Amino acid sequence: MENHLVEKKEKKPFSRNRLVIGLVLVGTGLLILLLFGLNVKTGQLASYELTPRGDTNVIPIPRLTLPVQPSIYLLALIAIFLGAWQLARGIRSTGALVGVVAFCFVASFLIWATAGSSMDLVGMLNTSVVRSTPIALAAMCGVISERSAVINIGLEGIMLTGAMAAVASATLTHNLYIGLLVAILTGAILGAIHAVLVIRFKVDQIVSGTAINIIGAGLTNFLDARFLETNIDKLNNSGVFPNITIPLLVKIPILGPVLFENNLIFYLTILLVVVLYVVLFYTPWGLRTRAVGEHPKAADTLGVNVFLTRYVNVIIGGMLAGIGGAYFTIGSVGRFDRLMTNGKGFIGLAAMIFGKWNPVGAYAASLIFGFADSLQVKMQILSIPIPSEFLQMAPYIVTMIVLAGVVGRAHPPAADGAPYNKE
Amino acid sequence: MDRNTTEMQGVQTPNPKQASKSGNRRGAGGKVFQTLFIPVLSIFTGLVFGAIVIVATDTTVITAYGNFFHAPGVALRDTWNVIALAYGSLFNGAFGNPAAIVQAFQVYFATGDQKALLTAIYPFTESLATITPYILAGLAVAVGFKCGLFNIGAEGQFGIGALCSAFVGYSIKGLPWFIHLPLALLAGALGGAIWGAIPGYLKAVTGAHEVVNTIMMNYISFLLGDWLLNGPMKAPGYRPLTPVIQDSAMLPRFFPPPLRFNWGFILALAMAVLVYWFLFKTTMGMEIRAVGANPDGARYAGMNIVRNFVLAMTLSGALAGLAGATQVLGIDHWVGQNYSSGYGFDSIAIALLGQSHPFGVVLAAGLWGFLRSGATNMQSMAGVPLDVISIIQGLVVIFVAAPAVIRWIYRIRLARSEAIVLTRGWGK
Repeated sequence: MENHLVEKKEKKPFSRNRLVIGLVLVGTGLLILLLFGLNVKTGQLASYELTPRGDTNVIPIPRLTLPVQPSIYLLALIAIFLGAWQLARGIRSTGALVGVVAFCFVASFLIWATAGSSMDLVGMLNTSVVRSTPIALAAMCGVISERSAVINIGLEGIMLTGAMAAVASATLTHNLYIGLLVAILTGAILGAIHAVLVIRFKVDQIVSGTAINIIGAGLTNFLDARFLETNIDKLNNSGVFPNITIPLLVKIPILGPVLFENNLIFYLTILLVVVLYVVLFYTPWGLRTRAVGEHPKAADTLGVNVFLTRYVNVIIGGMLAGIGGAYFTIGSVGRFDRLMTNGKGFIGLAAMIFGKWNPVGAYAASLIFGFADSLQVKMQILSIPIPSEFLQMAPYIVTMIVLAGVVGRAHPPAADGAPYNKE
Repeated sequence: MDRNTTEMQGVQTPNPKQASKSGNRRGAGGKVFQTLFIPVLSIFTGLVFGAIVIVATDTTVITAYGNFFHAPGVALRDTWNVIALAYGSLFNGAFGNPAAIVQAFQVYFATGDQKALLTAIYPFTESLATITPYILAGLAVAVGFKCGLFNIGAEGQFGIGALCSAFVGYSIKGLPWFIHLPLALLAGALGGAIWGAIPGYLKAVTGAHEVVNTIMMNYISFLLGDWLLNGPMKAPGYRPLTPVIQDSAMLPRFFPPPLRFNWGFILALAMAVLVYWFLFKTTMGMEIRAVGANPDGARYAGMNIVRNFVLAMTLSGALAGLAGATQVLGIDHWVGQNYSSGYGFDSIAIALLGQSHPFGVVLAAGLWGFLRSGATNMQSMAGVPLDVISIIQGLVVIFVAAPAVIRWIYRIRLARSEAIVLTRGWGK
């Protein structure tokens, strides 16, 4: 294979990394073939609804029907081909490569799952996008505080407390907006506690975050047992934010019903992602934040108030996590259940790492996790021979795989995790 | 947490005011005093905060304070009653009723009748039985801390260990107890070890932070347990639980039922001694501690960081798995859903409170076992939800991890300010 053509170009060193990735990709292709390709009968069709049923807003487009076996074989072939290419020649952008093969795997899984029946693809995409909201908000909280070098893993505690505060106040006042504001306030308070512990008292940041998680879970369980369980009508029945349809954009096929028919918290999240991105990279305050995160000493000598910046960032992060918590109750089911966040805070942290501490990247990553989350919901409807518990593991396993693959190459802000000592 | 780091920091940032005040009075006694004083004060403060939470959410007290200006005495009396009832039932649940115990002993020595005695010491033995898994789980997290790793996965490792040992316990029949019991314990430890080794390996090779990975493994273990309990490992019947284990796999108990105090407690204490010996008297243990104190220095000295991370996490997981095993084999004899609930975060608090030292962990686990054991009684007698213990726990974690907070609350001036850095950032 190595001939004069290769000698002219820069010879890629045959690194162990290339070998591992190449083998993994080829292996994935073979896996697709074995797991999915051989388990379907010839001639089966899978059809995907691309227009939500009964939705009059959108321009209807016909359903997509795919022949199952050829499609799976094709996807397997693509994966194997790319893997072989990687082994032989090496491809520069391994991230994109892995992404493409991952897409092949997921797509072939979906096709295998819908063999012989139909699936509401648009509905599933909508669920993914909506369910990624709390993960995205947790990721935003992580981004904003870690950009100023404060690790905040107390997201579960903040989100749980925010969720309870939101539903209780919304039910009491019959006003969802007040619920949202109370959740933001609660998040700010917990963020402030974390900030004080970490900045003023120099508690280890991971320990402080874990303590907030413990207290958040304990406090919400306690208050739920004391008050909410016995006063459901007065404290735990708030209703949810209604879906708001954006008139013209919703007509776009596929994207329209997925993105533009959701509730306030969803739109708020998108707005916050954009705002955070602009503020972090295009404003002086964002520059100061990032300076404090990379080299607080240098920032300090230039007159930036390191402590104040960190306080502000962590408190704003807490507010974002509070909104994330509000999603669970007033943005989703309208009541509080114990420990309802179920690990979304930590998945948000993984999304933040996957997105390389960039708001837009973190949002894209949370979409992936949201998709994994919605997958297990949809898959339980289609009766496939995988037990539902294993499907529910999907988001967590995806998180671990992502972390394993990405962390080494993703660089956190340089001063992340270390308390600042003003000498 | 680490003495060396503290002293080094003290040298680097000399503080003339404090050095002259406290430096001269320091001696060997000062360190012991400080080591015990902060945890004790932390627990006390935590209990005080807990009392505030209990009182502030009690409807009787709230209505009484509504009438404060008309009848202040009622409000104060109600406050005191609520606290007394809550913490009184906590004490009774943990230790038993002292008067009843004394009386029962008198009866026993007079007539030889055991029944009253057994009833009287039941709460105390229940506490000891509760302490057993806490010692082991606390050791697990402590070993992790010694290597600079934050093992939040103790809950998942506990659950997997319980399932593995239960499986060996009920599926193998006809073995004598001196083979079956160690085998079941070993199975539990092995299951937990694997569950801990995976995040350890990922951390060592890819740098992925063990906090997130162990938490993910927790969720995976819960779901795996759910599937097993509803499927392959399900006992005949409706409820999702395993069959009862064979008699030959049960940890022997000291007293007749319903007392559940068993040899698991002795095993836990033995493991504490073993861990102490391993960490402080062997080369491997010293390497683990060196890597925890300063990974760069350790690497420079030629120690294999990867191997030490994996070793520490595997040991940690094995201990947590053993905790699950002793709980199954000694107390419940079967595994149900949410079996490991609560042990994860409890063990973190215990490890922190015990300053990651095996003997400290035993003391802290003792405290925690008594608290938890009494809390069940507090819930049934005083109507205070169990979760107040979680709140106290979280507060104690904060107070222990930041002695500065305790000092600030009580305006104490002890040694120079220590920043206890237990773990590093993401993927370093």
